[in-house]
Amino acid sequence: MNQFGALSYAITVFLMVAGLYIVIARNNLIKTLVGLSIFQTAVYLLYIAPAKLPGGTAPVISAEFDAYSSPLPHVLILTAIVVGVATMALGLAIVVRIYEAYGTIEEDEILNRDREAR
Amino acid sequence: MSDDLILRVVTKILIPFIVLFALYVQFHGEYGPGGGFQAGVVAAAAFVLYGLVNGLDALRRVAPESVVETMVGAGVLLYIAVGLAGIVLGGHYLDYSVLGGAPVDGQHRGIFWVELGVGITVSGVMLKVFYLFAGRRA
Amino acid sequence: MALAVVALVRTRVLFAVVVLSGVYSFLMGVVLFALDAVDVAMTEAAVGAGVSTVLLLGALSLCRAREARPAARPWVPLVVAIGTGLLLVYGTLGLPLPSDPHAPVHTHVVPRYLEQGPAEAGIPNIVAAVLASYRGFDTLGEVTVVFTAGIGVIALLRRKAKEER
Repeated sequence: MNQFGALSYAITVFLMVAGLYIVIARNNLIKTLVGLSIFQTAVYLLYIAPAKLPGGTAPVISAEFDAYSSPLPHVLILTAIVVGVATMALGLAIVVRIYEAYGTIEEDEILNRDREAR
Repeated sequence: MSDDLILRVVTKILIPFIVLFALYVQFHGEYGPGGGFQAGVVAAAAFVLYGLVNGLDALRRVAPESVVETMVGAGVLLYIAVGLAGIVLGGHYLDYSVLGGAPVDGQHRGIFWVELGVGITVSGVMLKVFYLFAGRRA
Repeated sequence: MALAVVALVRTRVLFAVVVLSGVYSFLMGVVLFALDAVDVAMTEAAVGAGVSTVLLLGALSLCRAREARPAARPWVPLVVAIGTGLLLVYGTLGLPLPSDPHAPVHTHVVPRYLEQGPAEAGIPNIVAAVLASYRGFDTLGEVTVVFTAGIGVIALLRRKAKEER
């Protein structure tokens, strides 16, 4: 595997692992959402790194270039980014409502309060 | 925030440029990088900046909540309407080739309206969500 | 970028978490731009460093929370995360090399889009052409997702907190 390939995959895996760790370690809910967004951006990198052609350019046709990076992952990731922000907005709205119902946004306190209420 | 003179003056100068950039990205998105989503987010950012510096009430005077709520749905309806126009004029749903004289003109027109619909909905949703978050327990 | 993420994992002050996430998103936008993905870079910078940060700050101010408490048992999630990371590394060994012109990402449909895009759709920006014309249904779904998220947030946050008690 050439240098660029190994480096980009290594960074992608590192970011995914970091995001996953933030999500599953029992912590603050807002930090969980940020970890989710880190995981999502690592997936974007995973898709876009193979699309680049060395010596190519951005996929806007013009007379001066003839090698272009592949536009198909760009389209998919554009959709993914917008869906990601929509998810984050909805998730934050839910966190705000949880705070108003429970008074805290720490996961373990919320679960304890549920257990006591039962 | 409204006491800070430098902030107010700088944002007064910057906001028209930001809105202009949003319009540029929207309509020039066919020839360069850009398109509906980017333009919607940048336009919403301009309004959010105005609201952050001058207060939420000033923002409500400039962009009333009813207008923003209408924008949220209007963009999606525009997109669907372009699709239905394809059926009405004889092609399939979202078939742009029948919208103009030559198929290429139809495609151009269809892409223009569709991107506009996307930009309207995205900026409306971003601004409405900002209103909800910032206006709660105001 | 890796430094920003490591700092984000370790820090417990939530405001720093939000600022670091904005920094991280902006750096990711720069990296994407260096990878020739200009539309994606613009969207990621605007959305990740702009809208996401504003929304996170808004939620933070509404929740009035400042510090996250440390995790109770950090070792189990760390082991799970690192185990998943090793699986992912094993997975990437089977992926094609980036910047390989014969990889599937460059060969199946993409040459047709690149060659006939300007002729069929009439616009030079191939990403916009694919988004709006070739894969227009996907974009319709995406706009509907944005619309639904907006409706969801409206439904959740419409009434003020005091009126419900």
